[in-house]
Order: sequence, then structure tokens, then C-alpha cells
Amino acid sequence: MTATATLTTGGRHRPGRGTPSRPGRPGRMAARLLSLLPATLLLLAFMLGPIVYSLYGSLTDRAMTGPRAADPQFIGFANYTELFASPDFWLSLGLTVVFVLASAVIGQNVLGMLLAVLLRSAVKPLRSLVGGLVVLAWVLPEIVAAFALYAFFQTDGTLNAFLGWFGLEGTSWLYYFPMLSVILANIWRGTAFSMMVYNAALSEVPPELIEAATIDGAGAWQRFTRVTLPVINRSISTNLLLTTLQTLGVFTLIWVMTGGGPGTQSSTLPVLAFQEAFKFAQVGYGTAIATVTLLIGAVFSAIYIRILKPEVV
Amino acid sequence: MKRSTTTLALAGLTATALALSGCGGGAESEASDGTIRVAYQKTKSFTAMDELMKKVKEQYEEEFPDRSVELMPIEAEQDQYFTKLALMNGSADTAPDVIYEDTFQIRSDAAAGYLQPIDEFVAEWDEWEQYDEGARQAGLGDDGKIYGVPLGTDTRGLYFNKEIFADAGLPEDWAPTSWDDVLDAARAVQESNADVIPLNVYAAQALGEATSMQGFEMLLYGTGDELMDTESNKWVTGSQGFLDALEFYQTVAEEKLGPDPALALDAGWGTKVSTELLPQGGIAIALDGSWLPSNWINGENEWPEWEETLGFAAMPTQDGGGEGFTSMSGGWTLSMGANASDPQAAFDFMAQALTFDNALTYHQEAGQIAVRTDVAESQEYLDFNPSFEFFSSLVPYTNFRPATPDYSQISSNIPVATEGVYTGQTTPEDAQTAYDQALVGIVGEENTQAG
Repeated sequence: MTATATLTTGGRHRPGRGTPSRPGRPGRMAARLLSLLPATLLLLAFMLGPIVYSLYGSLTDRAMTGPRAADPQFIGFANYTELFASPDFWLSLGLTVVFVLASAVIGQNVLGMLLAVLLRSAVKPLRSLVGGLVVLAWVLPEIVAAFALYAFFQTDGTLNAFLGWFGLEGTSWLYYFPMLSVILANIWRGTAFSMMVYNAALSEVPPELIEAATIDGAGAWQRFTRVTLPVINRSISTNLLLTTLQTLGVFTLIWVMTGGGPGTQSSTLPVLAFQEAFKFAQVGYGTAIATVTLLIGAVFSAIYIRILKPEVV
Repeated sequence: MKRSTTTLALAGLTATALALSGCGGGAESEASDGTIRVAYQKTKSFTAMDELMKKVKEQYEEEFPDRSVELMPIEAEQDQYFTKLALMNGSADTAPDVIYEDTFQIRSDAAAGYLQPIDEFVAEWDEWEQYDEGARQAGLGDDGKIYGVPLGTDTRGLYFNKEIFADAGLPEDWAPTSWDDVLDAARAVQESNADVIPLNVYAAQALGEATSMQGFEMLLYGTGDELMDTESNKWVTGSQGFLDALEFYQTVAEEKLGPDPALALDAGWGTKVSTELLPQGGIAIALDGSWLPSNWINGENEWPEWEETLGFAAMPTQDGGGEGFTSMSGGWTLSMGANASDPQAAFDFMAQALTFDNALTYHQEAGQIAVRTDVAESQEYLDFNPSFEFFSSLVPYTNFRPATPDYSQISSNIPVATEGVYTGQTTPEDAQTAYDQALVGIVGEENTQAG
């Protein structure tokens, strides 16, 4: 839901449009502002509200049970000080960055683009078949997908059975390669979204541009990197932004597959936040982790916007 | 032009915020007048409470036609049960009226304001006399008020498969007197039969309190050291016993005497041990709780041969010192939620659940050690399950977890240590240091002492 809403914001936005360039009459201005009021209020209530509340929560020592559940105290930045001194946090941060880069930025985007490009030139039945299969992974509810992937990767699972057919010996993937497993799982699950975004973007590349480039003697690779990519630049940045944020928040998939383990070897920030808040009952501390995750999301967004959308800024 | 950056950044922030908050959310309250809401645990291997509650609901609604009971079975393994309960208790709209509560959570939840004292109700309750002093203590809060009536208690010991033992040349009346005896038996099994798991001691984080209590504490309390010094009321850091207990895990892991870590770390491992591996002869020795046979007596996991197949042994202390054996006891209570709209009605339900007949049925079904004197003495109880006698005989050796409001939080750091050691990710020394740090973080330096 959120993804759709954000997509609309990102996709429809055109520089220079929607920004009032000349001052209107005061009456019209007021009317315009008035019409924005409900939306603004909703945004404040449902967007800013939880963020501010979570910021406040991270400054308390609230617990799930015990005296600090009944009467949490304001403790300033103590949770953050503790967090930044904890090796678990830095490990978790590292895992999160690896997870996002490998599964979203590289995996979902590159594979999604590749599929979109390949399927454009494929015959229709193949296109429908492959497209359908990929989209299937995406439309599955996250919890169902997570259990399916757990069944796939676990020791007695489909993957090892499959390897067995070829005389290969499998391993306990979720135990020995927890990060690799969840990264592959997230790529499997999220590639369809990127594929659809890029498919739509590619169909908007004017054919005459490609023709012109061909006439000028550009090869396929050059046409792709010099013509197609710059044209769909905006879709790439929107898609990177969306898949990154989506991946940053992935919880169910990892929780079901590995529980963040073994030990803390696949505890990304959302998993760590959940563990601290609900398993170790430190709600305030867990909220601090969630807040840091939120800021990381903001940093990623800023980077994408700076690097990939120079014409907008 | 700056605006587009802001819009996108804000949109990004929302997406993250919503994605992150996705795991929250609460159930709708369905409370209405005259309805008692009862929360309890139900799992694939534990249905005794569900059966009892259904029966009590029927009896209660018959006795009080103007009242009704809404049963809220929480289908979760132990660790998640506490989390779900705490989340329900967090809001008055979702808080249950009657709660199936582990004794180790009572002080903590009472301090959190989730429970209300029932002193005045038990004062007028005839059956309260049946509970001896020890049983009455189980439901006490930090303020000395009563927050729960115990349903039963439990002990822990060693289960062993006599058939596997015979193949390994081990005696049918095996009675180990030290940790080494246990390890040696496991080694003997390992040599004679490569297909079975010689010894299961819970180590996984996913199993939470089961790891702490059935696993680690069964070792620690056999070393002469404790989690908390009962005389000074201070938590112990850096004790030799703690390290030795972790080294026991290390030995089991390094010699591959236990289950493959990849299996043992699964959240469903406990259920798998009791409903699959023990009945199918997949485990030679299991350190586990007294309630296991209740799984096998009837129902889905019926296993009539358990009586002939399994033997029992008390868990020895580290080197046979002290009283020679050790056990841990806990148990569950019925407690009243702080927001119970009609406390009298809620207590009436609790009393109905705890009648002699219902208590007897529950003890039989759930494999509990009786805490009501009349039940404990009844022949029907003693005859029902041949393991009762053995597990009741462990009561003199038993230990209780430190009953402080912090215990549950401290205890959740124990599986972190055992899992780290069992999977070989940390050394026992480092795991102990990490536990000590977490401990000091929770209770403060002033409440600890070096062991």
C-alpha cells in the first residue's frame, strides 16, 4: 500500500509542474491551502505522529513487563549511547547494509532490469510464463512466502532434495549461510516489482531515439547504456528508493527463516529491534534501534536523490 | 525545486516508518458486560489447558447463566506466549480478565501493573486451605500480595531410552552420579549407534525459558553456584559454576553428543523432541520436564510403549557433591488481570477451574505435580501416571528461580550464552562476560557480586 502511494508521488512528480510559480490572488491561495488541509492533517496524524512518538519512546527506559512497564522514565539519549557502544548493533548495521545492497540494490534491481529487457524481446507465451512466475512470488503474502522459503532452504527442504537428484550433497543453508539464504529469498520475492517498473519504463523509451542511435552506428550495449538508461533514469532512482526502503523494513522473511540466528548472524536492524523490544523486553531500547533504521532510510533516500536525480534538485 | 527532495525524503521516511511499524497492531477488543476473557497457552504438544478451560467454561456458564466466558487460547510456544500476553496486557482494551501465568512472570507482571491482587478473594475461598505454604508462595508479588493460585508444579530430570541403552551396554537402571557419568553414557551411545542423538540439552535462543530452565539452570544449580545469592540477594557475576555449565555445552557440541545445531536452533525443537524424537527412539538421553509423559498418555501423540521404553534418572550435580542431585521447579498459576471489569466474576471462574475434580484432571492431563494436598494424596492421582512418583521424588532436590521482577529479563540472556557456545560462535568465557554485562545493565552494578 505504502509502496503504491509513494510510487505515485515519485512517478507523477514533474519538475516545474505543481509548483505555483506565480503568486495567485490571496483568495485563491487560501482556497488552495484549505483544500490541502485534510491531507495535511492526515499526514501529520499517521506519518509524523508515529515518528515523533517513536522518537519519544526511544528516550525512555520503557520495558514490556516489570516496574519499568508501569512507570517508564525519561532517560535522554542513554539508549543511543548504549546502542552505539554495543557490538551487536554494529554487526546488525553491517548486516543490514549488506542485505540491502545485495538483495535490493543489486539483486532485485539488476535482475529485474535484466528480466524486463530480455522479456521485451522474447516471444509472447514465454513472456507471459516467466512474467507470471516472477509475479507469483511477489503477490504471495509475506508470511506465506517466508514459510515457502523456509521449506525451500531448510535441511530437509526442497533445495537439498533438488541437489540430491544431481548427486550433490546439500547443507543446512539456514544455519551455515543464513545471510545468503535471506538475501536470495528477498531477491526472489522482490524482483517482480522491479521487473514491472522497468517494463513500464522501457515501453516509454521513444523508438525513434533507438532507431536514431542505430543509424548512428551504436551497438546494442551502447544503445542500452547511452540511450535507454538515461531516458529511464527517473524510474531507476524511484525503483531503487522503493526497493531499498522496502528491504530495509523486511522483518517477517528473516524472522521466519532464521529468527535472526544462528546467534546474531542474520539479525538485521528490524530483527534486532524486535528482539530487544519483545524478547529482552526492552521496548525503549528497541525503539531506539527502529529510529536509527528510520534515519538510515532517510540517508539512502537522500543519496539516491542526489546522485540519480540531478535535474530535480 | 527544493520541494521535490523534501517530498521524496518524506515519502521515503513514511515507507520506512510504516514498514517498521508493520509488526505492531493490536486485536480488537470484544469485551462486553458479563463476559470473562480468559487467556492461556495452547500448542501442538500442550492441549491440557485448552481442554480444561473448555470444560470449566461450560460448568461456569451453567452455574452463572447471566455471565459468559470468552476463551482466548494463544497458540504459541512458551517464549512467544509471554510476548503476546505482555502485548495484550499493554492495553486495557485487550487485557484478559483471567490469565494462565508462569510463576516466573508473576512478580514482573505484578510490578508492571498487569495483575491485581486476589488476597480478599482467597481469604473467603474454602479451598485455599488445600494449598500448602510453598504453593501459596508461588503466587506472591514483590509487595507480599497474592497474585496467582498455582495449578501445579513440575520438576526436571533425565529421560533415557532403555533399548538404545541396552545396545550400548548401559544398564536399564542407569543412575548417573556426576556430569561425567552423563557424558560417558552419551559417548557410549555415540559409539554403538550413530543414528541417534546421544544427549539433548536445550541450548537455543528460540526456546527461551525452556533453554534457561530445562537446560542451563539444571547444570548451574548442580555446581553449587546460583544465578542469585539467596543470602545477600545479589546477582552473581563471573562464577565458576556458570562457566562450568557453559563448558558442559561446549563439550556436548564439540564431541557432537547433542543434536546438530541446525536442528536444535529451530523454535519447534522442544515439540519435536517430545512428540517425535523420544517416541521414535531418535534420542538416547533427554534432560527435560516432568510433563512430557502427558503427551504420550492419550491424544494425538499417544505412545503407550513409553512406560517400557523409557527410564528416568535424577540429574546429578556436577561431581556428585551437595545432595547429589538437582532439579528445577516452576509451575503455572491462574491470575487475575488488572483490568478485570468484574473481579468477583473473574475469581469465580478461577475457583471453578481449581476445584478438586478439575485440578485432578489437569494434573493428569498436563503431567503436573500436585500442589493441592487433597489431590496429591488421592489414589486416583498417584495411579494415573507412573512417572509421577519419580518426578515427585525429585522435589527434595529442587531449586526455584530467583523470584524478582527482573528475572524474566535476565533469564532471556541465558539462551544467548548457551546458543553462542553450542554453535561455537563464542567461547564459554566470552559468553559469560556478555551475560555479566547484560546482567549489570539490567539490575545495576550495585545489585551484583562476583561469584
